[in-house]
Amino acid sequence: MLKINNLHASVEDKGILKGINLEVKAGEVHAIMGPNGSGKSTLASVIAGKEEYEVTDGSIIFEGEDIEELAAEERAHKGVFLSFQYPVEIPGVSVTNFIKTAINESRKAKGLEDMPAKDMLKLIRDKADLLEMDRKFLSRSLNEGFSGGEKKRNEIFQMAMLEPKLAILDETDSGLDIDALRIVANGVNKLKSKDNAVVVITHYQRLLDYIVPDFVHVLYNGKIVKSGGKELAHELEEKGYDWIKEEVNA
Amino acid sequence: MSKYTEDDLREELKTKEYEYGFFTDIESDTFPIGLNEDIVRAISKKKDEPQWMTDWRLEAFKIWKDMTEPEWANVNYKKPDFQSIAYYSAPTSVDPNKTLDDVDPDLLAMYKKLGISVDEQKKMNNVAMDIVVDSVSVATTFKKTLAEKGIIFMSISEAIKEHPELVKKYIGTIVPIKDNFYAALNSAVFSDGSFCYIPKGVKCPMELSTYFRINQGGTGQFERTLLVADEGSYVSYLEGCTAPSRDENQLHAAVVELIALDDAEIKYSTVQNWFPGNSEGKGGVYNFVTKRGLCEKNAKISWTQVETGSAVTWKYPSCILKGDNSVGEFYSIAVTNNFQQADTGTKMIHIGKNTKSTIISKGISAGKSQNSYRGLVQINSRADNARNFSQCDSLLMGNECGAHTFPYIEAKNKTAKVEHEATTSKIGEDQIFYCNQRGIDTEKAIALIVNGFSKEVLNKLPMEFAIEAQKLLEISLEGSVG
Ligand SMILES: Nc1ncnc2c1ncn2[C@@H]1O[C@H](COP(=O)(O)OP(=O)(O)O)[C@@H](O)[C@H]1O
Ligand SMILES: [Mg+2]
Repeated sequence: MLKINNLHASVEDKGILKGINLEVKAGEVHAIMGPNGSGKSTLASVIAGKEEYEVTDGSIIFEGEDIEELAAEERAHKGVFLSFQYPVEIPGVSVTNFIKTAINESRKAKGLEDMPAKDMLKLIRDKADLLEMDRKFLSRSLNEGFSGGEKKRNEIFQMAMLEPKLAILDETDSGLDIDALRIVANGVNKLKSKDNAVVVITHYQRLLDYIVPDFVHVLYNGKIVKSGGKELAHELEEKGYDWIKEEVNA
Repeated sequence: MSKYTEDDLREELKTKEYEYGFFTDIESDTFPIGLNEDIVRAISKKKDEPQWMTDWRLEAFKIWKDMTEPEWANVNYKKPDFQSIAYYSAPTSVDPNKTLDDVDPDLLAMYKKLGISVDEQKKMNNVAMDIVVDSVSVATTFKKTLAEKGIIFMSISEAIKEHPELVKKYIGTIVPIKDNFYAALNSAVFSDGSFCYIPKGVKCPMELSTYFRINQGGTGQFERTLLVADEGSYVSYLEGCTAPSRDENQLHAAVVELIALDDAEIKYSTVQNWFPGNSEGKGGVYNFVTKRGLCEKNAKISWTQVETGSAVTWKYPSCILKGDNSVGEFYSIAVTNNFQQADTGTKMIHIGKNTKSTIISKGISAGKSQNSYRGLVQINSRADNARNFSQCDSLLMGNECGAHTFPYIEAKNKTAKVEHEATTSKIGEDQIFYCNQRGIDTEKAIALIVNGFSKEVLNKLPMEFAIEAQKLLEISLEGSVG
């Protein structure tokens, strides 16, 4: 589904990703861990197509197609979804209106008509229920005055609406209390199938207790320095990252 | 317009150029350029006006001659040469006595391009409409339905003849001839416009609407609107404006006077889309407008405006809150792009006790444009417990545009409460990327963000015009980012 080869990316001439290799197949869950500032969010943004970041070398192949030249919205139309670490506020635009626009724009790109309002409403209600969201929440301005947890839940709500092929969840667990974490993880698990894939970026083992990864990668200083199974996450939880840094620097 | 689907909207958005920039080749009867007493007399004669009207115009002309153009607004433009404008232009094939069914087919085709198929308007929208092309009112629909309620809605030229006592009683009482340079000019040469009277206790059953269009080149448009809501009545009134794309600047100097007698309510909405000039700043309409309303006891006037057009806008719809407990509201969205300049805002003059005013202004600037809010809140000494709340928000797109806020507050009564809030924000790359990531392209993302920013004001418009206004916002900001 996703194949990243020797990916180098920089922002304002500063190299941040320094040769990433990663392959994610349909049906898999990957976790990416690593100390702050190592480039996890940058990797997510580069996959999603943020223009600020310049790919200086390497390639990103999604479903057999090099997506480097595609605009962010085109990647989204192909099924790439990013749950943001810091979702932005859009004052005056309700959660409902926003997701409705997103769905219909994606349909338009596929040559489909707008979703009939009735179906849209039902879909919105079903997915809001899945994430145990209050209906009132849906008419609030997007992310404006949302608590950290509400923002993250809203991200997963949008993911549930858009049903992407590849979902990248960037620190979706931060800001969630334990109940919310369970609800959100449960939502993600319900959406998982053999045809889609999830990349979870996190600092903590606790999310991985719910969304169990097939592979765990450690990103450090712009490179994946270690990969393993889910037991690697436990090891990191116990020992921190220092031993990895030492290994790399040795 | 209520039939707009989102598909129609999308279709229209594909047109990058100013959408209403067609010129309809209709034979016109246009006066020679220039302004003098003879022209003023000739306009009055052409319209078959009574002597008192001719005299009123001549007095206005005399006053105007000694006035100079105001310079305090935050706009720069080449002053119009008032002697090189034609002050009267009328499509020759229009006969004021005709009904809609025998209006010139070319004119009807033009309305169609404007998106106002009159037939459809009649059927679907419950909107009674008067259409002013260049200087003359072409047709007024729904006259009969309104007449049954005693509502008078007709062109001002007709009203001068048919209801002279009403026109004479109110014209120039809210915006006096001497009020300002453009108001004086308008008083001398106004060509047409709408007149509306709602009798005591009558709630007007439909939206009343006027569509203005400048068609002929080298002409100015000077329309005059007079709206009187008698005691306890209610009316919602809409005006829309377009003009063809032309390289030269065209002058539009209108006057609107509203009178809300005791317990009456007037909602006045404007969607202004005069040609803004091209992307290099060439051409466009100079929109110098004086709009003012008077509230008697317990009366309420709301101005709602969506201003996307014109090269230069100078416009301050105002309320004189004379009666106790009267209410004035001003909701405005002003969009400027490319080289447009807008200096717009409101004046709320609190005279009566317990008077209340609300000002919500949303300025959106893109390109190299300049967008200024200028507002005066004046609380007179008698106005015990007067209240004002003002909120002025500016949204900037790019680094070359400007947003300015000039709030003036004069409070002469200690019990007054005046609150003013202002914010300035920019559409962030992060907001755009967030939308992009959800499959929304940049153009649509901007439209979404701008609509969100403007929502409090859009919500004040009647439904079908809110949709049109949203569409206009999208069109006027096309190509402004990225
Ligand atoms: N837009 C940007 N401009 C400048 N530096 C950036 C930008 N985005 C990220 N960086 C830098 O890149 C590095 C990696 O950041 P990030 O990808 O957010 O790390 P992580 O998500 O792993 O904490 C950090 O040093 C950060 O300061
Ligand atoms: Mg991060």
